Amino acid sequence: MKRPKIALIGNPNAGKSSLFNTLTGLSQKTGNFPGVTMDKLTGIWDLEPEIEVEILDLPGIYSIYPKSIDEELVINILGNPLHEDYPDMAIVVADASNIKRNLLLFSQVRDLGIPTVLALNMIDVAENQGYVLNSLKLARELNVEVAEINAKKGIGINGLRMAVSKTLHNLYASNDALPLPVEESLLKDIQDKFGEADPYRSLLWLMEHDRMKMFNQEQRETFDELIEKHKFSPKYYKSAETVKRYEQLTDVVEGCVINLNRQWDAVPIKTWTDRLDKIFLHPVGGYLFFLAILFVMFQAIFTWATIPMDAIDGGVATLNHWLKEILPDTKLTGLLTDGLIAGIGGVLIFIPQISFLFLFISLLEETGYMSRVMFIMDKLMRRFGLNGKSVVPLISSVACAVPAIMSTRSIGSWKDRLITILVTPLMSCSARLPIYTVLIGLVVPEKNTLFGLFNLQGVALFGLYLLGFFMAIFSAWIMSKILKVKERSYFIMELPTYKGPRFKHISISILNSVKAFVFEAGKIIVAISIVLWVLASYGPGDSFNQVEINVKNQYPALQGIELSNKIASEKLENSYAGHFGKFIEPAIRPLGYDWKIGIALITSFAAREVFVGTMSTIYSLGGEVEDENATIKNRMRAEINPETGKPLYDTALGFSLLIFYAFAMQCMSTLATTYRETKSWKYPLIQFGYMTTLAYLAAFLVYQVLK
Amino acid sequence: MLTLADLKIGEKAEIIGFTDEILSLKLLEMGCLPGTEVELTHLAPFGDPIAVKVSGYTLSMRKEEAATIQVKKQ
Repeated sequence: MKRPKIALIGNPNAGKSSLFNTLTGLSQKTGNFPGVTMDKLTGIWDLEPEIEVEILDLPGIYSIYPKSIDEELVINILGNPLHEDYPDMAIVVADASNIKRNLLLFSQVRDLGIPTVLALNMIDVAENQGYVLNSLKLARELNVEVAEINAKKGIGINGLRMAVSKTLHNLYASNDALPLPVEESLLKDIQDKFGEADPYRSLLWLMEHDRMKMFNQEQRETFDELIEKHKFSPKYYKSAETVKRYEQLTDVVEGCVINLNRQWDAVPIKTWTDRLDKIFLHPVGGYLFFLAILFVMFQAIFTWATIPMDAIDGGVATLNHWLKEILPDTKLTGLLTDGLIAGIGGVLIFIPQISFLFLFISLLEETGYMSRVMFIMDKLMRRFGLNGKSVVPLISSVACAVPAIMSTRSIGSWKDRLITILVTPLMSCSARLPIYTVLIGLVVPEKNTLFGLFNLQGVALFGLYLLGFFMAIFSAWIMSKILKVKERSYFIMELPTYKGPRFKHISISILNSVKAFVFEAGKIIVAISIVLWVLASYGPGDSFNQVEINVKNQYPALQGIELSNKIASEKLENSYAGHFGKFIEPAIRPLGYDWKIGIALITSFAAREVFVGTMSTIYSLGGEVEDENATIKNRMRAEINPETGKPLYDTALGFSLLIFYAFAMQCMSTLATTYRETKSWKYPLIQFGYMTTLAYLAAFLVYQVLK
Repeated sequence: MLTLADLKIGEKAEIIGFTDEILSLKLLEMGCLPGTEVELTHLAPFGDPIAVKVSGYTLSMRKEEAATIQVKKQ
């Protein structure tokens, strides 16, 4: 038998994701909805012995009438029985502490003709607020199977099992009456033109045909003609329908809920949420608390995460070292170690930071604090064409833009989300830190202090982080003026009650994010690393192969490490990468760069952290050096500009390079993630284009002014 | 005409209508129905967005959105 499909539907914060995690555990799978920029989350639930059902987790919605592109997905599935994801039945998860608003969605879904079970969640919250629910009566009144559950604790799942089994066997759907009557002739016209359908579904088609992918242009025009002919107003109908449903639901709920507050005429209970909001939403205290959380988060990302990161780095290096010793010294070994394993290592090294970041983000989201951050930041961010919800990605990208871009999914407005994705990589990520350190060490004197208080190098580093932040919001402001997206930005948002986090859900969320990063972005990073290795290890013509002999002839005095370093640097110069470096030299000359820096720019295109490593190869440095950064700094300091006879890395070149690395889009993982999140190559290309242009122009300006 | 955006913290009022057709559907769905009581509970720093208690939960919205909700004081 084919696995029955069950869609999980509910308001945001009603506990839908908790229930999904409880039911499906680790059997979750992320896929794609055809042609939509959304992830499809499915999982298997063992409903009965030998009967598995597929659970489809749909985005949280308040009504079937979509207000954003993400919400459109739900009606495209629920309104189209021919859709490949159309469910056999639905479970509507409802927050019992806010029953009326949650039942609105339930009544709409059921009227679409989908067999539905009502899962009442958060009954304890409702009781704490003084409301006692009679779910048996509610089931009778609504004529539906009702299960009382506690999704967080996993209680009531067997009751839900029974309710779902019963509904699945009978598949009884709703009555056919419309919530609000319309002209018979209108329904008849729709059914004549588009075939037999549930009356409420016909009306959904009529009102939302522009948002439904199942209709072509001609059919959409037919719908428009019908609306014209019958003088039907979708806007009016939707509002009137909503009011009418609330009226009916008020009657139902009045009979099923006992309000203890009213009976005893008690003072309204002061909940924990009220008390905590006094602190978290306080004009001063709210910001202070948010800053404290940021501080702990950065501490975790920059201090705690470095321990496992060093371990991964060391582990990969040891593995490579060992492999090089036991395997014959061939090109294939080089490809395996310096190409493939180094590439995989470059992916794995991000895992600790991503895990820490998602630990914090899912913790903040699970507890309900995140929406408070958005609330206190919205006004500030809006001035720059962003949104309160853009704060989280911008902060996250100080660690790494990859998880930051993934976290933009919570932004409902597509335009705001897109702008956030595009500007996020301008924030200085942790991969830029080693480059900043080396270059600042070269060009900023260490002893100078500003007013005797600060270390000038520290001030420069802080300045670069600020520069990234200001450039990000400035670019956002420009983009908000250019981008034309037909969508209204909303901030009508529920501030959910605070809840304790659940360890299991947080671990699943971290696991899913890490999995997505390793397998999706990882594939591309590994591919590019291999290409780069090939470019650096092969050269055109005969000269590349002759390097070793030539060096030995030219420098007969060299021995050991010095000799092999000289060979390595000569090989790099004659490799394809070296030729590319020379090829682009005319283009980067105005910024003050020579072909050696050109190679570093090319190799660090895939991942900017490669810069320091490339520099050490180019300047014949290697072997067992303890403080690689300090040594490369000394070597670079000694480099002489052949034209002027002065040090090559002067203030102008140093700052020009710093600015270039601050703004340039040199991270394949980020571009791959942008592609993954926007499902289009257009946006990673725009991102790459504008950031590289910005970097080039800014570096040019800095070099020409300081020269 | 008094709107939700004019309330001060702690003030209660009753919703009587909407001035923006598109926003009104969203607001209705979120439980802001004519005849419902709303209470302004929080103002974000700089006075925008605002948070109101309505239909038993807390809803936040921007000031310009609140200005489309007409209210009368009880």
